[in-house]
Amino acid sequence: MSVIAKPVVGLITWLLLLTAASVRAEYGLNFPEPAATSARQIYDIHMMTMQIATFLLVLVFAFVIYSLYFHRKSRGFEADQNFHKSWFGNWSWVIVPALVLAVDLTIASNAQRVLEAVWEVPEEEDLMDVKVVGHQWWWEFDYLDHGIKVESRHVGKEKAGDLYLREVDNRLVLPVGKKIRFLHTSADVLHAFWVPELAVKKDAIPGYVTETWVELDREGVFRGQCAELCGTWHSRMPIVVEAVSQQRFDDWLIEQNTLKVAAATEAASDKTWSTEELMEKGRGLYNSKCAACHQVTGDGLPPAFPALKGSAVATGPVAAHLEIVINGKPGTAMQPWNSLNNLEIAAIVTYERNAWGNDAGDTVQPADVQAAR
Amino acid sequence: MTTATMAHEADHHGPPKGWRRWLLSTNHKDIGTLYLIFALIMLFLGGASAMVIRGELFMPGIQLVDPDLYNNLVTNHALIMIFGAVMPAAAGLANWMIPLMIGAPDMALPRMNNLSFWILPAAATMLILSFVVPFFPGGGTQINTGWTLYPPLSVQVGMSMDFLIFAIHLLGISSILASINIIVTLLNMRAPGIPLFKMPMFCWTWLVTAFLLILVVPVLAGGVTMLLFDRHFGTSFFNAAGGGDPVLFQHLFWFFGHPEVYILLLPSIGVLSHVIPTFARKPLFGYPSMVGAMLAVATIGMVVWAHHQYTIGMSLGAVSYFMIGTIIISIPVGLMIFNFIATMWRGSMTFETPMLFAVAIVLMFTFGGLSGIMLAVVPADMQYHDSMFVVAHFHYVLMPGAVFGLFAGVFYWLPKWTGHMYDEKLAKIFFWVNVIGFNLTFFPQHFLGLAGMPRRIIDYNVIFTEFNVISSVGAMIFGFSHLLLLYIVIKTIRGGKQATPQVWEGARGLEWQLDSPPPFHSWTTAPQLK
Repeated sequence: MSVIAKPVVGLITWLLLLTAASVRAEYGLNFPEPAATSARQIYDIHMMTMQIATFLLVLVFAFVIYSLYFHRKSRGFEADQNFHKSWFGNWSWVIVPALVLAVDLTIASNAQRVLEAVWEVPEEEDLMDVKVVGHQWWWEFDYLDHGIKVESRHVGKEKAGDLYLREVDNRLVLPVGKKIRFLHTSADVLHAFWVPELAVKKDAIPGYVTETWVELDREGVFRGQCAELCGTWHSRMPIVVEAVSQQRFDDWLIEQNTLKVAAATEAASDKTWSTEELMEKGRGLYNSKCAACHQVTGDGLPPAFPALKGSAVATGPVAAHLEIVINGKPGTAMQPWNSLNNLEIAAIVTYERNAWGNDAGDTVQPADVQAAR
Repeated sequence: MTTATMAHEADHHGPPKGWRRWLLSTNHKDIGTLYLIFALIMLFLGGASAMVIRGELFMPGIQLVDPDLYNNLVTNHALIMIFGAVMPAAAGLANWMIPLMIGAPDMALPRMNNLSFWILPAAATMLILSFVVPFFPGGGTQINTGWTLYPPLSVQVGMSMDFLIFAIHLLGISSILASINIIVTLLNMRAPGIPLFKMPMFCWTWLVTAFLLILVVPVLAGGVTMLLFDRHFGTSFFNAAGGGDPVLFQHLFWFFGHPEVYILLLPSIGVLSHVIPTFARKPLFGYPSMVGAMLAVATIGMVVWAHHQYTIGMSLGAVSYFMIGTIIISIPVGLMIFNFIATMWRGSMTFETPMLFAVAIVLMFTFGGLSGIMLAVVPADMQYHDSMFVVAHFHYVLMPGAVFGLFAGVFYWLPKWTGHMYDEKLAKIFFWVNVIGFNLTFFPQHFLGLAGMPRRIIDYNVIFTEFNVISSVGAMIFGFSHLLLLYIVIKTIRGGKQATPQVWEGARGLEWQLDSPPPFHSWTTAPQLK
């Protein structure tokens, strides 16, 4: 008996521990503490179904263990050959489904109530729209109401430390106490936006725009990850939400706008850039935007991601090189990079043509990019 | 030579010798054995890929394999286990036992039976090629999509995806042929005196399974064919830029994929319906409700597929329907579990290995079923979806629900097949190591999922380390325990205590009236039922 009881008791203890409030978030046994009203409702329905499930599990275990102990041949128990012919045997096919139905209705009615509260975006004027675009393998957050775009990429182990794979270069900054609508889509393959504290998970599907919403109710930094397999570096698509007060959010917007204007001014100037300047800019841009696939070393990850070091494109005619960067290569993971400005493309292409021993030796100016568009 | 004299000769001289016996076999027992051996080989291949996956996840960081190979292994593990191990093993049990149970001399369509098996090695070759082709020069990229093969990712993959698509076609053909054979056998070859509603429960489960297969496998075949067209012939079924719809593939896939869960589960439910009464020494509780529950599961199971896709952005009405439909499945499944417990109740139980597995299944499958109800709840699924919680859940239903049921069946019928008793002591050791290893592997994954670890990632943040270590250690114990299974099976085939025809004290049914092992041709005249 004890051989059966031990693991069973262990299992039940674990489950009971799980439901006890004392061992919540701290040990990573359950959902992290919610940070939005809708997430709190979802947390509660999760706890409710888990408690019902645990109760039923204990019930089943209790009956089975009782039976295993008492109804065994070694105790001399004679099988009751007519048990299935008793009134219970005759009517259990009605009684059991009725009981299960009652449990089901309890769960379903509560679930439906929560579902209706959280599923559809509230119809209000005052929504802040953030378009969330999944890319292989980074996130683009487009603050539609404010004309600001944030590119968010994972940062390396050296910089992120213990937060590696849960830390990004640019966070998704959101204000507390405002209803935010996320519009989800993808530029290439499927991705899924998931931040547990927000209890939001939605697939990013190319050609679709799906929506979710959230109203944050506490400040903090909330970390999530891409939840839909999206190819090689699926594990390197963290999402970091920074929930701040409206005041700080407004400051952040101003700061972002200033940066944006400065970058645009720089790109629009008709200055001729020196090779060194372009190489310097290009290295930074390449390492953040291109290195996930083509690698910092330029070696790529063949066959999916070809090497740029010594490649025909990066050492051949400039026109072909610009063409592939601006328009991408259909049918492959190489996407069009035409959303970058002329200066950025010029810097990247110059860098690719002169780094890692590539000896094209030429310098591509923003004006060349403009001509190639 | 007429068929009659051939049968006559076979009776006297035994089965043909050498490779002809197996390649040209039309004998349900030999084909059943082939299916089981094939499944065992695939179990080890699929298991090896799982070991590499868990080895990689043992610690944070990327140690053993590169990310594409990791994703390739994830894909391969699922496909090999589902199509290579579980389904053929269940078909092997069906081939062996259905004719013995219903008093038929063989399957209704013996030559088709041969074909449906011998397609499998070809399919397995294609499947394995899809895994290894990228390692050859010019072999293209690896399959990094997971077994769900969702486009657009699956359109980007190199030629190995084409091998996989053809493997799925072949596997589908094999399943459909086997299903037709089983349906025809069950409907036409029952001995006089076995009406449909007195048919042994294993036969019932397979009848329903076979119908499910015929209904849903063509949908998968259609889906992957459309994928093939998108890849090579310029169609845009799943490409939004060409007017298609990437989500359409998900619907086609899960229209197959969800009933597939019941296809894997039901044969094992059938095995349990024999094992538990045998070792409880009393008849199955609620035979009619069991049949009814099974038909209900199969029917409702066909129309709840989109609960695998709650996150695609369906309307409130659609998700409400799929949620409630899914929760409702707990009614027939609950009734099945109840019937098993009621069969044990007031029985006179002994705990030989098949019964140990049966008890473990009742307990652990209940657990997996209950976490299934949690997953059905749409708002909460916003958290669980595509996390390690899901991985834990479906292994808790499929491992006890399908694989342990097959183990129970193998130990239950092995003495009948070989004529030798297996080593009970070793088998019990196998049971305990296996079940403890299993729980150690998958129980901690629930916590990982709730804490925010997505599935199918090769590398994870340090906060997920502890439970991953436990899970990987458990996986090694679980994985290597199957070597013991292999040893026990080989040992039993080679010798052991002679088994009586009855084998188990409480066993009831026609199959136990034949010798152990049964003659090469059995029930050449229909048995007389009292």
